[in-house]
Amino acid sequence: MKVLLRNPRREIELDGKFSVNSLLAHLDLPRESHLVIRNGTLVPGDAALAADDTVEIRPVISGGC
Amino acid sequence: MVATASKCRVCKEPAVIDLPRHNANFCAEHFLELCRRQVTKAIEKFDMLSMDDRILVAVSGGKDSLAVWDLLIDLGYQADGLYIGLGIGEYSDVSGEYAKNFAAERGLHLITIDLRSEYGYDIPTAAKATRRVPCSACGTSKRHLFDKAALDGGYTVLVTGHNLDDEAAVLFGNTLRWDVEYLSRQLPVLPARNGFPKKVKPLVRLTEREMAAWCVVRGIDYLVDECPMAVGNKHLAYKAALNAIETESPGSKAAFYLNFLDNMAPLLSGRSLAAGEELGACTECGSPTTSDLCAFCRTAQKARAHDPVPVELVLSKGRRRR
Repeated sequence: MKVLLRNPRREIELDGKFSVNSLLAHLDLPRESHLVIRNGTLVPGDAALAADDTVEIRPVISGGC
Repeated sequence: MVATASKCRVCKEPAVIDLPRHNANFCAEHFLELCRRQVTKAIEKFDMLSMDDRILVAVSGGKDSLAVWDLLIDLGYQADGLYIGLGIGEYSDVSGEYAKNFAAERGLHLITIDLRSEYGYDIPTAAKATRRVPCSACGTSKRHLFDKAALDGGYTVLVTGHNLDDEAAVLFGNTLRWDVEYLSRQLPVLPARNGFPKKVKPLVRLTEREMAAWCVVRGIDYLVDECPMAVGNKHLAYKAALNAIETESPGSKAAFYLNFLDNMAPLLSGRSLAAGEELGACTECGSPTTSDLCAFCRTAQKARAHDPVPVELVLSKGRRRR
């Protein structure tokens, strides 16, 4: 699975089975401060991700100054 | 096709988002409905806007400001946008493009102000010249220019994209210090007074995650990258702390902030010293102020007298401090 991460922008490859929630836990990223977008579409926490998916993990927290 | 177990609470179609604070999942259509309902509820409860208002939305190119502009237009309000180029290197160049593209694609009117070309300074230089954190110089500059643009343009209300997470984080910081002055003024509506326009925050019932999701579902292209000058600020640390609590106890952020508005803010009403202060006019720009020069003109004077500072210099110093 191809995973795009932000801040800084980078791409990683992961093997194995993941749901959205387990992927975030694997990467130690809080659910409350991230969205997961699979092949361009938003997916909920229990969605199963496939090996050929391209997934973007998008942080949602901003400085709010 | 990969199976998605969770279903929309309303229509039972596959969900696109889970919202633990509502103990529910939603499909795209019903998630958007939820957001519209929350914004309408905030507008009505706090008497923020009417359909006759001339609205100016402060737009940064990020998710919250573009989402609030989109939501207001979607709900039938008339709203123009205001973008300020802050001179924060490539970050400002890119954020401006997102704001301009959003407006152009929807046929909306966007006013743009460039701090460097119109006022002779930028935020990295102001931060260095005033020896304060960049967010302080940035906030002072933006607030002044938002107010001025709203009043000069004859707008009746200035809208900002502050969301539930923003307000809860500010409340958390003010509470840690028991800062009664700031607590008494932390309201989602500030009425027009003494040369200041009415200011409202229609997103106070929606979280950052929900606003980012609104943009994704609506196909709004926004600047995802964080402002490089905000990295490591206290506000972000408060948000992280509140999100850790939220994960353990969904709904805590909303309860913290919205119950403050219902239960605590009325007790603090009238306690603000600033609200009763006699304000004079700034000798430079005429804006209301408690001293000869307003905070904006003091910042601008110092920054203009300083050699321009590249953003990288301020960033590297900030990172060393951490």
